[in-house]
Parts: sequence; structure tokens; C-alpha cells
Amino acid sequence: MRLPLAAEILLARAAARLSRFAGAGGGTTLPGKLLCKLDPGAVDRLAARLPDGAAIVSATNGKTTTAAMAARILGPSFRLAHNRSGANLVSGVASALLAARDAQLGLFEVDEAALPEVARRVEPRAVCLGNLFRDQLDRYGELELLAQRWRAAVAELPEGAALVVNGDDPQVGDLAAGRQGAVTFGLDDPRHASPELQHAADSKWCIRCGTPYHYAAAYIGHLGDYRCPNCGHTRPPLDLVARAIELNGLESVSFELFVPEGSRRVELAVPGLYNVYNALAAAGLTRALGVDLNGVVAGLQGFSAAFGRFERIVLGDRTLLVLLIKNPAGANEVVRTLVVGGPPRTLLVALNDEIADGRDISWIWDVDFEPLLGSLDRLVATGERAAELALRFKYAGLPAGAIDVEPSLEEALDRGLELTPAGGELVALPTYTAMLALRDLVAQRGFVRPYWEEAAA
Amino acid sequence: MRIRVGHLFPDYLNIYADRGNMAVLAQRAAWRGHELVVEALGADDVVQPGQHDLYYIGGGQDREQELIAPALAAHGPALLRAVEGGAALLAVCGGYQLLGRFYRDQRGEELPGVGLFPLHTVAGERRMIGDVLLECELEPGERRTLAGFENHAGRTYLDQGAEPLGGVLAGFGNDGESGYEGCRARRAIGTYLHGPLLPRNPWLADWLLAQALAHSADEAVAPELEPLEDGLEAAAHEVAAGRARARGGRY
Repeated sequence: MRLPLAAEILLARAAARLSRFAGAGGGTTLPGKLLCKLDPGAVDRLAARLPDGAAIVSATNGKTTTAAMAARILGPSFRLAHNRSGANLVSGVASALLAARDAQLGLFEVDEAALPEVARRVEPRAVCLGNLFRDQLDRYGELELLAQRWRAAVAELPEGAALVVNGDDPQVGDLAAGRQGAVTFGLDDPRHASPELQHAADSKWCIRCGTPYHYAAAYIGHLGDYRCPNCGHTRPPLDLVARAIELNGLESVSFELFVPEGSRRVELAVPGLYNVYNALAAAGLTRALGVDLNGVVAGLQGFSAAFGRFERIVLGDRTLLVLLIKNPAGANEVVRTLVVGGPPRTLLVALNDEIADGRDISWIWDVDFEPLLGSLDRLVATGERAAELALRFKYAGLPAGAIDVEPSLEEALDRGLELTPAGGELVALPTYTAMLALRDLVAQRGFVRPYWEEAAA
Repeated sequence: MRIRVGHLFPDYLNIYADRGNMAVLAQRAAWRGHELVVEALGADDVVQPGQHDLYYIGGGQDREQELIAPALAAHGPALLRAVEGGAALLAVCGGYQLLGRFYRDQRGEELPGVGLFPLHTVAGERRMIGDVLLECELEPGERRTLAGFENHAGRTYLDQGAEPLGGVLAGFGNDGESGYEGCRARRAIGTYLHGPLLPRNPWLADWLLAQALAHSADEAVAPELEPLEDGLEAAAHEVAAGRARARGGRY
């Protein structure tokens, strides 16, 4: 027996309220999970009801921020169903559809591995694909496998669907080949290139013939201006380009956004080169949905921060700066941004190993934490795998006396704040579930709103 | 003393933070007044038996392993002579498979290996992923545990009489069934365990360093190394071992 869709929706919404009432969290995945259990096809039908269709964002790094930027740009024109707290499996998409009753447009960030299924179910009118880095190999498997699945998913997209891809990523940029009207984006400012390919670079070998690429400029990991010296496979021509990039420490970044019909200066209120990539991705996606250049620039400039990705929280007379870390490429950019902005003297790093963090924690050894060591007086290592994290810094050369191991997040937070002078800022780098727990802690102390309230705002 | 390390294909085989293992070897040598000199060995280099006291080979994704397999096979005979000559070696995951006799892929095709370890590997349907805990006895009467993480589709079968690295206390191990993990031949060790392996298992790092020092000094017996303060290492080991016991993979 199958319940009518309306009854299923009522039941699932009741579950969300119950989850919040029971203190079990935000109910951002439970109603969707329940709905998917009751009727796997319900997501398809809910998405089909959206009068302006749906758009999808996926990437290893930056999908939450890209989607949040796109939401800001689209906000004035559409009522959105948006999974903004990062619940990005099919159930999270279902929950967002359930929560937004009169939405016109769906805007979904989607887990890399869930992309084929979500795309099949919601039949998007626009898809934006940002990058592929090694991430949670215990869960996603190898990069090549994920790239193959993405190729298959792109081939199955509805004929009229717009495709926006990062041309600076060899695997992702190649998805534009052979697809009519595909849009590519990338950076063009070799002043910000890394002197050499980072350790975390993954697609270093030509995707066609296996020869190492030559990089005219490598910006983040293997993202950049590449060319194969053997077969000539090269970065595709770019439709959206960021030039004249100015990094302003931990505060902001600005760049000249070039599109086919002209260019505009964009001032972002978030820092780092990686946010330039996110902004280009959001610009490409929202232009494909019909927003003009003025609307794109206004939205990008009005954007402040995405959930837990770069959040400043005032805690009495100190501030807490939270930067999510989850894989080598992303964490390296967090480190680079901290170094440019003046590296911290006290650092709190929280390493958990739940499924959402990755059970395999070997990735912390691939992160280049070393640039932080020179000015670091004290590391507070916390989370379920605090001791392992402490070892990462010990073997990088930080003296044992400069490391506090405190597995309890609450005590570690207090310790970090105690080490931070009044008026100062404590920098915290948590993995995903540690970030949720940290936000919970400061919410309990009355400093931020719980994430489900924010998601509903 | 100088310990000369030959790191095979570090640009290609580095998927599970193999550089963490190298950092542990370098620091633990340095803290005792020894110097680790690491040389990268790629396709265009020559492996000269006797020139290195310790070899290291890590794991890669399938694509990277396919790219370097022919070049590694070319180094095979020299590596065999080096290990017969008493050099120490640590091979992790993909590197471990490639040093066996052969690897049979999903289509049944056999890629020849180096033959340094008496074993072969067959591609399986299901990946074996999770925390692992082993018990080893590398020196008679000295039982020690190793805690790591495994992620492999290949099932590795040891030849009759081959010596495993250890018995599986929790997790899958070589093939998910035999109850054994890894392989040991002279001073060479192969294993699926990453994590990386050495930071939370410092005794194995010290065993390898002692074997390498014996090779360097041309001694038959490995020297005793001065103990280090390993409180953090012990704490990390304990948590990892607990993870394996609580949620290590099993059929």
C-alpha cells in the first residue's frame, strides 16, 4: 500500500517537529529519510512540482559555500527550497523540499557520490560541478571511480539542462567536452599560483595519456592552467574568468569577474582563493538560471558566510573563528588563508572520525600544517582522535610542551579561550561533526542560533 | 650514523599519507642522533643494491599503480638483491601488492609483480574497509600489537610456508578469511595497514630503523635503540585499537 503524497508529506513534517522537540537535532535529515523510506519516488514528484525547476551544485570542496552564494544571488528572484545546512544526500534534498512549502526553485548542494541519483530524480535545469579531490577514500572510493560516475551522470542529464564546470580541474573541465552550451570557469592570475604542485594535488597525470601535466599556473591542488606536453590535452577556453585577484588576509578577497559581455569588480566578504572559485561557480550557475551580471555581483557582495565554513562568533570579550577542515586540499587552503591573514599563536584543532568526518583519519598527514608552526605557541588538540592529531604536529616539529591534548571539546574550547587574551580571537579548525558539536556548545551558551533555526530563516 | 632510504615512486604512490611514515622514521632517527637521507627512486633512477639501508613503497589509486607498474617491475631484480643483502623494506597497501608474485584483475588478467614477497593477490568484488588490529611477533617472545586502517579490494594469498606479519585480532587482513595480515621476508615487511602505520605504532618504526642501522653497519644483529617518550603515541594506539575492536571490518 502506498499513502498519497500529501499524507506522506504530513507524516514526514511531523517527524521533523518531533526530532526538534526531542532535542535530537534539527530534523534536517530525519523527515527526508522517512519520506524516502515510505516512498522512494516521492522526491521525484516533489521536485517536479517546483514551478521553476531545480539546480544542483556538487564538488569535493566548496559546495555548501557555492550553494549559499547562489542562494544569495537567487534570493531576490525566487523562493527557494535549499538544503543550506549541508544535509546533501537524497534524504537531505527530500527534507529541503518538505520544509519549503511554496518554493519556486530548488537549489541543492549534493554529495559527490549521490550526484547521479539526485540528478536522475530531480531532473535539474542547471548543474554546477566544482572540483574533485581525494576525500574520504573509505567512503567514496578512488577519484577515478567518482569521475566515471560523474561522466555517466552528465551524459544522462535532460537535454536542455545547463552544465557549468570548473575548467581548471582536468577531470571536471573535461565534462564540458562535447556538451552543447556547457560553461567553463577558472582563474587567470599567475601571481597567486603555488610555486610547485601541492602534495594534495590529485589529477597530476594527463587524463588522456598519463603524462604529467605542465602547469603554467597551479592555484589550489591540481586546479590551474594545465597542458599535457605529450598529447596536448589542455585547459578548455574559459567563459567566466577571475583576474586581478587581491587577497586581503582573513577579511576578504576581491577580483575582476569577466563574462562574455563584460567585466565587473567583485568584493567578497569572505577570504581566500578558494572563495574566488566558489564565487565563479555560483556566478556560472545563477547566470544559467537567468540572473544578469548586476544581480550576480550584488548577490556575491551581499554574501557573508556559509554554515560553519568561515564563521566568526562573538563569545563575550573574545571571538571564535571557525573554519571547517575535511580533506587535504580544503585544509591546505584554510592554512594558506590563515598564514596570509597573520597566523594564530593559539590554535584549536578538533578531529573526529565519524562517518561524516571520514573514519580513516590518514588525511591529516597529507595536509600541509607546517606553515603554521613558526608562530604557533600552543596547539589544543581535541576530538575523538585528539592524540593522533597531536602526533601530526609533534612529528612536524612542534615541541611536546606546546601541545595540549584534550579529547573533550567543551574543555578544549575553554582551554583555548583561556589562552586567548581579552579582545583576541581563537581560531578553531574542526572536522564536520566536531564543527556541529562546537556550534552546539556555543549555542548552549547563547551565542549562536541552532542550525535548524538558521536553516529555516 | 646515516640511514640511506630509497623511497620508491613517492610522486605516484602516496595515497594514504605515506609521508607520515617517512616523517616518523626521520624524526625518531634524528632524536637519537642519526640522520635519515631520503632519495626518491622513480622510473629513470637505478636501484643499486647496497646503496640503501631501507626502502619504502606506499600505495596509490589504481590509475597511478598501473602507470608505474612496468617501471617498478624493471627495478624488481635489483630490489630482490638489495633485500637478500640485508636491506630493510616497508611496503604499504598497493606497494605491498606490487611486490608479490602477481596481481590478477577483475577480468582474470595477470600483472606480473616483483616477487619479493611469496604471495599473490586477486581482485575481489567487495572492498575491505575499516580499522584493523594485529598481533605480531617479529622477535621471538616479543608480542606487540599494530593498529591501522585498511582499504583494499584485492585479496592477498600467502604461499605455503610464507610468514605473515601478524595475526588479525580485529578487521579483515590479507583476504578477510585466513586470519593473517601482511607478509614478512628477511628484513622486509609488507602490509595493508595505513593510517599512516608508523605514528601510532612507534615500535615498528624503531624495528625498521634498527634493521636499517644493522645493514648500514654491516652487522648481523640489529642494535638496541634508546627508548623515547611515547605517551602520545601510546594514547593514539589505544584509541585506534579500540576502534578496530569496536568497528573493525568482518564478514
